Amino acid sequence: MSLLSVRNLCKNYGALEVTRNVSLDVAPGELHAIIGPNGAGKTTLIGQLSGQNAPDSGSVSLEGRDITRRSMAERVRLGLARSFQITSILPRFSVLENVAIAVQARSGSSYRFFAPVAQEAALNDAAMAALADAGLEDRAGLRASALSHGEHRRLELAIALATQPKVLLLDEPLAGTGGEEAEAFVQRLRALKGRYATVLIEHDMEAVFALADRISVLVYGEIIASGSPEVIRNDPKVRAAYLGDEEAA
Amino acid sequence: MTNLFILQLLNGAQLGVLLFLIAAGLTLVFGIMDVINLAHGVLYMIGAYLIATFAALTGSFWAGLLLMLPAALVVGLVIERLVIRPLYARSHLDQVLATFGLVMIVNEGVKMLWGTSPLSVPMPELLNGSIPLIGPLQYPVYRLAIIAAGLAVAAGLYVVVNHTRIGMLLRAGASNREMVSALGVDIGKLFSLVFALGALLACFAGAIVAPILSVDTGMGESVLILTFVVVVIGGIGSIRGAFLGALLVAVVDTLGRTFGPIVLRSVMEPAAAGQTGRMLAPMLVYILMAVILFARPQGLFGQRTS
Amino acid sequence: MSAFVQSATRRPVLMSARIWLALLIFAGFAALPLIAALTDDPFLMLIGTRILAYAIAAMALDLILGYGAMVSFGHAAYLGFGAYAVAILNSYGVTDLLVHILFAVLLSAVFAAITGAISLRTRGVYFIMITLAFGQMAYFFFVSLSAYGGDDGTPLQSRSTLFGRDALESDLVMFYVALALLIALFAVATRIVGSRFGRVLIGTRENPVRMEAIGLSPFRYQLTAFVISGCMTSVAGVILANQAEFVSPAFMSWHRSGELIVMVVLGGIGNLTGAIGGAVVALLLEDWLAMLTEHWRLLFGVFLILMVLYSPHGITGALERLKGARK
Repeated sequence: MSLLSVRNLCKNYGALEVTRNVSLDVAPGELHAIIGPNGAGKTTLIGQLSGQNAPDSGSVSLEGRDITRRSMAERVRLGLARSFQITSILPRFSVLENVAIAVQARSGSSYRFFAPVAQEAALNDAAMAALADAGLEDRAGLRASALSHGEHRRLELAIALATQPKVLLLDEPLAGTGGEEAEAFVQRLRALKGRYATVLIEHDMEAVFALADRISVLVYGEIIASGSPEVIRNDPKVRAAYLGDEEAA
Repeated sequence: MTNLFILQLLNGAQLGVLLFLIAAGLTLVFGIMDVINLAHGVLYMIGAYLIATFAALTGSFWAGLLLMLPAALVVGLVIERLVIRPLYARSHLDQVLATFGLVMIVNEGVKMLWGTSPLSVPMPELLNGSIPLIGPLQYPVYRLAIIAAGLAVAAGLYVVVNHTRIGMLLRAGASNREMVSALGVDIGKLFSLVFALGALLACFAGAIVAPILSVDTGMGESVLILTFVVVVIGGIGSIRGAFLGALLVAVVDTLGRTFGPIVLRSVMEPAAAGQTGRMLAPMLVYILMAVILFARPQGLFGQRTS
Repeated sequence: MSAFVQSATRRPVLMSARIWLALLIFAGFAALPLIAALTDDPFLMLIGTRILAYAIAAMALDLILGYGAMVSFGHAAYLGFGAYAVAILNSYGVTDLLVHILFAVLLSAVFAAITGAISLRTRGVYFIMITLAFGQMAYFFFVSLSAYGGDDGTPLQSRSTLFGRDALESDLVMFYVALALLIALFAVATRIVGSRFGRVLIGTRENPVRMEAIGLSPFRYQLTAFVISGCMTSVAGVILANQAEFVSPAFMSWHRSGELIVMVVLGGIGNLTGAIGGAVVALLLEDWLAMLTEHWRLLFGVFLILMVLYSPHGITGALERLKGARK
């Protein structure tokens, strides 16, 4: 059974159809990549999966439970975490606090008014574990705003992991990184593979083909092909609409 | 009863157009400049003091009104230049504090210049007296003139906002500030213009109401909060919202005070009804605001901001 | 929001520096009766009590303004609820201070929960104007409450009693009770800021979208903080009523709400101690200017504008800039 299941999602902005009848599934432990040229509606799609914007029709369900009308916060509590394409952190919190607050959101009540949260070992330990998964354990004490861009991308990941998701939505985690940094990031994602069902939106084709179990190709809001990396690589429609240029170059 | 109703409705309309004159400038300053200006109420007061002075100097209401207008424009431009302009890039908190300081300065300054005893402005001869409406019902000509003047300004604003290039910029600016700068418009000039126009309208409201009120230092305070309610109800940046909001607030307030106790009397003892009515009436506009905001947090004509 | 840059999650060392500073201020207050005795100035206790009350209110406001980025312009309403709680219960023969505080807190909690729930559906300029309007609504309610003097207010027959004794009739005792309340509430507020709840509150100030993305809806936490802040402020109102032995709607005019914001910003927002210091400085400045000229409000207004334009982070900001310049 698929963990995350999307059925016939549609969304229009005026006359512009940004999401056309999109259906997709993510099985436990599977990494499902969504690729497509700029303006294909990838970010709008992940917005609808994460609850940031509402679809006009269609449904999203998590573990068989319909979450189409749930808010972003509710979805996260149910186990659907996301990272942002544009880094969205708490800049004046320490790196550790950025992650610890995400742990806190999933463990116990936040209506505790007196015990000093900074001394809650369980929160800090779990936060350190998530930081280790993202390779940021030696940055824990820094102000989050002091991190480099690449480190911010990894902090995004660590925060998402700290919410103990069942499904991870990664919105261009490699955005703005390159070279060795990107390679190292791909290695981290590979190490995490299998632990979470993942929807990955990414422009870096090398990373996508290295990581994905399944790839869906989004063009003008519509999935024109879906299958294993091998199938997608050889799909003539995809080559024409999207990869074509690259192959030709 | 019907006569009283019509009378109060007219009073409501008169208060409504005044509130609109003040709120129109305020909502543009909020919407276009994203500046919260607590000192907008004192501009209304300044308008009243200016006409009191000029009318006394010239011995004519009309000459006073004519002199008041350029003076008000100057006041607006000076305030914009000295206090408001440095605040554009600042937080709302800073704007609140600085314009709060401005309120204190102007209130105290007016006391120093004009003293604490209320001034009065003579009713212009031309508009003195009352005219019969229906049957025995009489209504002061001057109040009708206020309504007419307010409606005329509203119509003028409507034309400017909807059918001129400046108006196009104002509308664009209220919904999307970046777009206006992208159009290559001198934002600084546009802001000065908007603020001065708002100041002019508020002063005008204060000036035309002066003959039927006593001109004193507290007069800016009472309208400021009502104007805020109008802007919030109408939706920030919307002239149309300000117009409907102003009429709604004024009519609810005026009718509530008169008819609240009467309506309550049908469900309560007269004494209790009178007291409850007197207590509820001043709160009515705020309750109205709460109800509208509960349904539409962005106000009746506001743009929803995410 | 540039004004919020100063605060946030500081190094623990700095945190404790602020607490030390607060303790210093408290010690200064505790020594005030000594000065009063030496200078033979009986009014000093009354002035001191008034400052303590405003310190509580400013600190309570800082809890949401500084830590939650909620610029409430209607906080004077809670001063009024506190003050009228005393007047109303007194008129029914209930005079105990603790009951007065309890009633004030209850009234404030209800009002804050309802108006906060509506105000928090909006942001920025709207929030400021709506809280202002609700504050004004409370003001007009008490203006038309003729049983308690309406516009003119009403004198209290006596101050609150403490465990059945009329100890508060002594200005000295009242001063120390107010000081004890300030210290207790400072301790509570400090704990809240450092708690799980406080972390979420600060997080909503920093980045509400991020909070949603980790599964926390800002609204409920902001509303809770709003209610807590209102309740704390009402305690200041209880003290003020006892200090003045008089209550009137003037306690809750919008100017008063503005002054509370001035105090918080003057001391530097988002660190509690600053608000207390800001209350002390603002009230002393007012009294000093008032001695110089009857038109002191003009000077105060000029001071406000200059402060905003040249030292937007209040005293704390000015001090830190001095420190930075020296380095």
